[in-house]
Amino acid sequence: MDFNFIKEVIPLYVEATWLTLRIGFIGIILSFITGIFCAVVRYWKIPVLNVIVRVYTEISRNTPLLIQLFFLYFALPRLGVKLSGEQCGIIGLTFLGGSYMAETFRSSLETVGRPQLESGMCVGLNKIQLVRYVVLPQALSVSVPGLVANIIFLLKETSVFSAVALADLMYVAKDLIGLYYKTEESLFLLVIAYFIILLPISLLSRFIEKRLRYGQFGNS
Amino acid sequence: MALLKINNLVKSYKEAGGILKGVSLDVHKGEVIVILGPSGCGKSTLLRCINGLESIQGGEILLDGEVISNRKNDMHLIRQKIGMVFQSYDLFPNLTVLKNILLGPVKAQKRDKAEVTAQAEKLLERVGLLDRKDSYPRQLSGGQKQRVAIVRALCMNPEILLFDEVTAALDPEMVREVLDVMMDLAKEGRTMLIVTHQLEFARAVADRIVFIDEGVIVEEAKPEEFFTNPKTERAKKFLDAFKFEKRVTYAEMI
Amino acid sequence: MDSSEILNALSTAFSVLFKGKNFVRLLGGLGVTIWIAALSVALSLVLGFLFGIVMNIKNRAVKVVCGIYLEFMRIMPQMVLLFLAYFGITHVFGISISGEAASIIVFTLWGTAEMGDLVRGALQSIPLHQYESGRAIGLTERQIFFYIIIPQTVKRLVPLSMNLITRMIKTTSLVVFVGVIEVVKIGQQIIEANRLTIPTASIAVYGLIFFMYFIVCWPLSLAADKIEKKQKM
Repeated sequence: MDFNFIKEVIPLYVEATWLTLRIGFIGIILSFITGIFCAVVRYWKIPVLNVIVRVYTEISRNTPLLIQLFFLYFALPRLGVKLSGEQCGIIGLTFLGGSYMAETFRSSLETVGRPQLESGMCVGLNKIQLVRYVVLPQALSVSVPGLVANIIFLLKETSVFSAVALADLMYVAKDLIGLYYKTEESLFLLVIAYFIILLPISLLSRFIEKRLRYGQFGNS
Repeated sequence: MALLKINNLVKSYKEAGGILKGVSLDVHKGEVIVILGPSGCGKSTLLRCINGLESIQGGEILLDGEVISNRKNDMHLIRQKIGMVFQSYDLFPNLTVLKNILLGPVKAQKRDKAEVTAQAEKLLERVGLLDRKDSYPRQLSGGQKQRVAIVRALCMNPEILLFDEVTAALDPEMVREVLDVMMDLAKEGRTMLIVTHQLEFARAVADRIVFIDEGVIVEEAKPEEFFTNPKTERAKKFLDAFKFEKRVTYAEMI
Repeated sequence: MDSSEILNALSTAFSVLFKGKNFVRLLGGLGVTIWIAALSVALSLVLGFLFGIVMNIKNRAVKVVCGIYLEFMRIMPQMVLLFLAYFGITHVFGISISGEAASIIVFTLWGTAEMGDLVRGALQSIPLHQYESGRAIGLTERQIFFYIIIPQTVKRLVPLSMNLITRMIKTTSLVVFVGVIEVVKIGQQIIEANRLTIPTASIAVYGLIFFMYFIVCWPLSLAADKIEKKQKM
């Protein structure tokens, strides 16, 4: 392996990693917000919004991010809406991630279960107090493993951003292979880069899952 | 006047059909009523209807002369006057014992935290759990959790207490500690409505036994009368289910 | 753009689908996607099942090796795996490997890892008393495994596998990056060919591809949900 080459191109990889993380995290945070909103709508069964959310969830779960990005980047301009690569990335990630987060939040809301609600009602809490003191705290701790899994999933999905002309890690690797034929080195750095991004979060999720299983999981 | 008045209560589910078919009951202040009956007869449903956890399809329930059945908006205020303890305790797992007890009085009844804490600690001491006030529910045994659940209900200063088979899920050793607490409350003059299968306890604690079968009150009597001389066939059958004839041993047969 | 212009754009866009053999070509492309997915899925299900059983073997070394394989397949984005296979194999072994072959290798390796983990999870979720009941009625360990454990494991796996299959189908959209002529590539060719005559072609083409993926994946998702609900009862 040509270590000089590696040393030279590391800045490119760092730049690309930074781009991935930046867009990734904006997308993740927006997904969170979308997810919470959708979960609340489904939980309280708010009339019209409930249907919209369900349609959105089905579409988002059943189509690949790549196609969503292609549509945003290549088709929408023909309808007069021109988005930059970054904007497409963020919107695509949010569209995809929102439904996954919603699912995680919704199932964690449901884990709280009727007995807990009734228990809260019996000590005289009203609806808002129930949600604030009984439902949310329990739902949040249950949802953490799922949320972290979603974060990992979304960060992995960012690997298609080169489709919308973003200079992300895949783009850099492919470019270097094409221009300099340094396949080994380029792929090596590619793998390292993704390891650095994802391994810490993956280990963190294992740790959290273990701790939660031991800790909070006693029923009443 | 009765503290709690139930007039002709009818409760039915869409799928399961009629559960309670016209139950009428008066509960006076300081009375301890034990509700007995076979499984599925509607005992738990009756308690849940009183506390508004289930809607009713007919009849009405009055507390202190006020209609409390099928109330939509402010049922949580009514529930502050009714204390309920469940078979599965259902303490809030994310809160300590003390916080579990304080949640209702402080947040719902808006009482002074220091005052409630003092009351809570006194009650915890009475049931022997003051040293566990900072523990989490998962660190307690079933019997301990149930006693905490009772204290939690008591701290709301309710007018009436409902107990729904509270010892059914406990190991035999722990059943006694909970029943002792309940007996204590009865002696204190609390108004209590108890659903249980503990017949000996029922006999000792109740002012009145109400026997429900298939959704109607079949027999109502003082405990002594009920247990020694049940008047209806169904009551007799129910009590017989708890009796076993001593088996003739192999040695005696020969 | 105002609404009339948008409507105009949409109608001209969809006309490209009816031109010549475009639609048939797109379907052909979808066929390539489907057969890559189907083959990978079939291999993954079988190998994954075996892998899952292997993962439960109580040998430290086995567990470590399986763990590393699983983690690697899970952490690396599928795109990276595709690149590693497509460019890496060519570089290391000197043989020129087609995009399809690289894709099938990658998806099978990935699918096996994921499926294996599902199988491992399903096996572990079988309560201990199932084993104990089997022993209590006098069955041998092997009989317990085949007659009691495996049927229950398979039952639990059905909704989860359908979930995985849906994910695999969606991921096949990536194979366009390793040069496979599948539906996206053909779509791009059509758009390019009609660049001057039907500039809005991209709307229809990508819209159609979007719809095609949805039509394939949605029934699977719904079925998986239904089965999962039924099993929970």
